[in-house]
Amino acid sequence: MAKVLVVTSGKGGVGKTTSTAALGAALAQSGQSVVVVDFDVGLRNLDLVMGAERRVVFDLINVVQGVAKLSQALIRDKRIETLWLLPASQTRDKDALTEDGVGRVIKELRAKFDWVICDSPAGIERGATLAMRFADAAVIVTNPEVSSVRDSDRMIGLLDSKTERAEKGQRIDKHILITRYDAARAARGEMLSIEDVLEILSTPLLGIIPESEEVLRASNLGSPVTLCNAASAPARAYLAAARRLKGEDVPMTIPNDKKGLLDKLFGRRAA
Amino acid sequence: MSMFRLFRRSSSAPIARERLQILLAHERGVRGQSDLLTILREEILAVIEKHVPIARENVQIKMDRGEAVSLLEIDVEVPNTAGLLLSA
Repeated sequence: MAKVLVVTSGKGGVGKTTSTAALGAALAQSGQSVVVVDFDVGLRNLDLVMGAERRVVFDLINVVQGVAKLSQALIRDKRIETLWLLPASQTRDKDALTEDGVGRVIKELRAKFDWVICDSPAGIERGATLAMRFADAAVIVTNPEVSSVRDSDRMIGLLDSKTERAEKGQRIDKHILITRYDAARAARGEMLSIEDVLEILSTPLLGIIPESEEVLRASNLGSPVTLCNAASAPARAYLAAARRLKGEDVPMTIPNDKKGLLDKLFGRRAA
Repeated sequence: MSMFRLFRRSSSAPIARERLQILLAHERGVRGQSDLLTILREEILAVIEKHVPIARENVQIKMDRGEAVSLLEIDVEVPNTAGLLLSA
């Protein structure tokens, strides 16, 4: 039974695209068939983070408008056979996305994959509402920072009212994914704690992704962080989150990068 | 200092820079005028369609945009009956 998952946040720059790529790759690494779909029409970036930017032929809007078949627009990952990308259009306006069209594409994707992961654009405009429209579950990416938490709260409200499942009176599974978490700063009281965020949003936690230079390194290289360096702290956090998405009971930890003596002495530069 | 670099992984920023340069060169081209690769793709398909009835779903198109050279690969399934139609 296919599951449609939307990765959303309201606020920009919190890590939706990074998280979509990392969770998608992690699920595919565990043998599931996965498609990651970019809904950020006009400002696509999932292709770049996945390292497929040179191979885009057709996009989501071409498929929605019937110019291309779904099979022609899907790009298979070069590293993992069961991981696919459906890119967004870079040139067209987001009004080119229609609810019926997106509904048709999602239905077709459901038949082909175990997981359909929709990378939402920032904001609450058409691209964002259509990305969540047909979702069964949602990952709300949140930074431990006031404006991000406020926007997450807004998105939770939209998920509970504007999605197809909500309108039918069905439940939509919502999960908070905390990204860019700095345990040291939280300990010093400079950053909202996990407990604060969860209490405010009263939504269950999917995982805690520590702030790490590995995330920038992975996007520089065009590789989801779980593939780029599976042993790194953010990769381990994403791999654990992916297992929780599959319903496994995985204890919640905040992985940290073990630094070697040389790194400690000389301080590794960021990516 | 160079001795310590041995223990460091090679930096990823130059790779990011190169990827972006290639991508943006193509995208800026698109804004000014249509992407050459896309024009070629559409015109080649139009020429084939003029002679052979092809179903679009039997066409596989791959593109790989490079700095010096780009690759356009069009794989068209031509039904064997098409030749008969043309010679008739």
